[in-house]
Amino acid sequence: MSFTRFLAVARKEVVHIFRDSRGLIIVLIMPVVLVLLFGYGVNLDFKGLPVYVYDRDGSQQSQDLLKRFQASEYFDVVRVVNDYPALTRSLDDGHAKMGIVIPWDFSQRLGDRRPVQIQALVDGTDDNTANVLIGYAQAVVQGYSSDVQLEWLRNRGQLLRPALLSVETRTWYNEDLESSAFIVPGVLALVMSVIGAFLTSLTIAREWERGTMEQLISTPVTPLEIMLGKLAPYFAIGMFDVIVCALIAIYWFQVPFRGSFPTLLFTSAMFLVVVLSLGFYVSVIAKSQLTASQISLIITFLPAFLLSGFLFPIEQMPVVLQWITPLVPARYYVSILKKIFLKGTPTALLYPDLVPLALFALVVALLATASFHKRLG
Amino acid sequence: MPEDNNSVVIENLVKRFGDFVAVDRISLAVRKGEVFGFLGPNGAGKSTTIRMLCGLLKPTSGRARVAGYDVARDPELVRQNIGYMSQKFSLYNDLTVVENIRLFAGLYSVPANVLKERIEWALEMSSLKGREHLITATLPGGWKQRLALGCAVLHQPPVIFLDEPTSGVDPISRRQFWDLIHHMAEEDVTVFVTTHYMEEAEYCNRLAMISRGAVAALGAPSELKQKSMKGELLLVECEPLGQAVEILQSAPDVIDAGVFGRALHLVVRDATAAIPQVKKYLSDHGVTVGLIEKIHPSLEDVFVSLTSAADTGKEWKA
Repeated sequence: MSFTRFLAVARKEVVHIFRDSRGLIIVLIMPVVLVLLFGYGVNLDFKGLPVYVYDRDGSQQSQDLLKRFQASEYFDVVRVVNDYPALTRSLDDGHAKMGIVIPWDFSQRLGDRRPVQIQALVDGTDDNTANVLIGYAQAVVQGYSSDVQLEWLRNRGQLLRPALLSVETRTWYNEDLESSAFIVPGVLALVMSVIGAFLTSLTIAREWERGTMEQLISTPVTPLEIMLGKLAPYFAIGMFDVIVCALIAIYWFQVPFRGSFPTLLFTSAMFLVVVLSLGFYVSVIAKSQLTASQISLIITFLPAFLLSGFLFPIEQMPVVLQWITPLVPARYYVSILKKIFLKGTPTALLYPDLVPLALFALVVALLATASFHKRLG
Repeated sequence: MPEDNNSVVIENLVKRFGDFVAVDRISLAVRKGEVFGFLGPNGAGKSTTIRMLCGLLKPTSGRARVAGYDVARDPELVRQNIGYMSQKFSLYNDLTVVENIRLFAGLYSVPANVLKERIEWALEMSSLKGREHLITATLPGGWKQRLALGCAVLHQPPVIFLDEPTSGVDPISRRQFWDLIHHMAEEDVTVFVTTHYMEEAEYCNRLAMISRGAVAALGAPSELKQKSMKGELLLVECEPLGQAVEILQSAPDVIDAGVFGRALHLVVRDATAAIPQVKKYLSDHGVTVGLIEKIHPSLEDVFVSLTSAADTGKEWKA
């Protein structure tokens, strides 16, 4: 291992990156875009869902109920319509996610203390949103129902008794249940996958394609020097991007950061070793930039996106997919990220994720080292 | 270094790709300080041989020693002692001139105390002084080739391999390039160069003519021209050419006939005897004969003569 030769390769690689505007965009702008995109664009919170109302009763009581819907942050009563077709149309054209129909005898029945049902039409295209909507709607109506009961009792001079059972909840780690706090830390894994695997997958393949590899390997430079020289700049860029993304997450999206920053850097470095080595390995095998970049995205970016628990919790995946996830290095990194950011888990307690990640780093790095030979054909 | 005075020693070198024999038992030796040409059509096995000599391809069988080291056993030692210019221009186009030079200086571990001097030297020899910061892609072909040569010899290797270094380069640049090659040979550097330009082969001290992966002839250009021809050569100017060639193929005294430019070259056993016979034969067949004379064969004549028995069927650029 000669430091001079390593440095020569690394220096050249840096020039490649910074002289190619596309490379620069991926390196400097893409991470910021991804963080902003996921921080703002992907919102798993349900707030202000549009609701249309067909109030056939038009009484004081029906207005009270509707006010409760409006008061809830989950609903936004957009419009009151005067007939049924207008309500169905609002669901058909997507202006409303839910339509509420209050029967004409709503206040009368309440007054007679007879059960009354209100109708909620829910757009079930997105099952998840629909389920959440139904839950929220039931909660609002139940709340109203029990208040009506209590009021009735009080009017009869009965003492109010507190409910026997109640749940006192306190949410930990993500106190405000902001989905950005859940999502944004995981974006680091996506960014690393693109920088690490996608960009590096091009480096060796590009040399074969342009015919420069033959010249390169005719010199005394060793395969290890080529590999390290080529990966070092991307490693530095990856670490830089980790810091940028973490700062955006913390200061822009106000994602709590409770763990240790050195641990964040150290684990990010391990994950970078995994994706860099994978990218390098793919590049050596594929020998064409197009193939290499596609393979690398499929084996790193897609799993990081879909199977890492970044956006979709692993426990909720189909069983078969759950079995696959231990083979996805990003899974451990995402888990570590969420723990460092939100929980502040001490580094020593991260070992269930750290050990597999370290193993991956070791195995893939060895694989990459062994894959590259200085021979043609 | 070997005790003898040879920089490159090849013994029965064979390279097979599947069923295809690219290099077929080549044996030769290149002396120190020699400009050795490897001449042959595309696909004859020139590049394959040179790649084996640079340790880039593993020989199927046979042995080769370069600068005293076995190419199969010590490819890294070989690489430290050679400079190589591959067939395709293969410096980095997006790097500047001086960035390319610095890169190869680093790869060849040129010591820091001579680094500056070597960079200056490379810029001088490639006439790129003052153009250090141009992006390599913008250079004309001839300059690129000189830069590539400069980069390949930054570490002052005793042996350099040049694989068709002047293909696609204009004639003046080609001439300049060969001046560089001879300049280096004067400093005792062994130059092993492949080409398919016949006139370039004339610049070599010795050359091997390669056909179908095997050495068809070996020697100094003058030697080859004298010895390798099976017979003597006649130049015939006549009209119409195409018809004349066909007619002469069946003429009794003619070994071979081919069109060279606007005239014919005939290989005959004895020029003096053949001239009147050929003249008469052509006239009898209705061909108008102008000039007819004995000429000295060019390397192209030699090559065609050597390979005509077994038509290579491969592309031939002259």
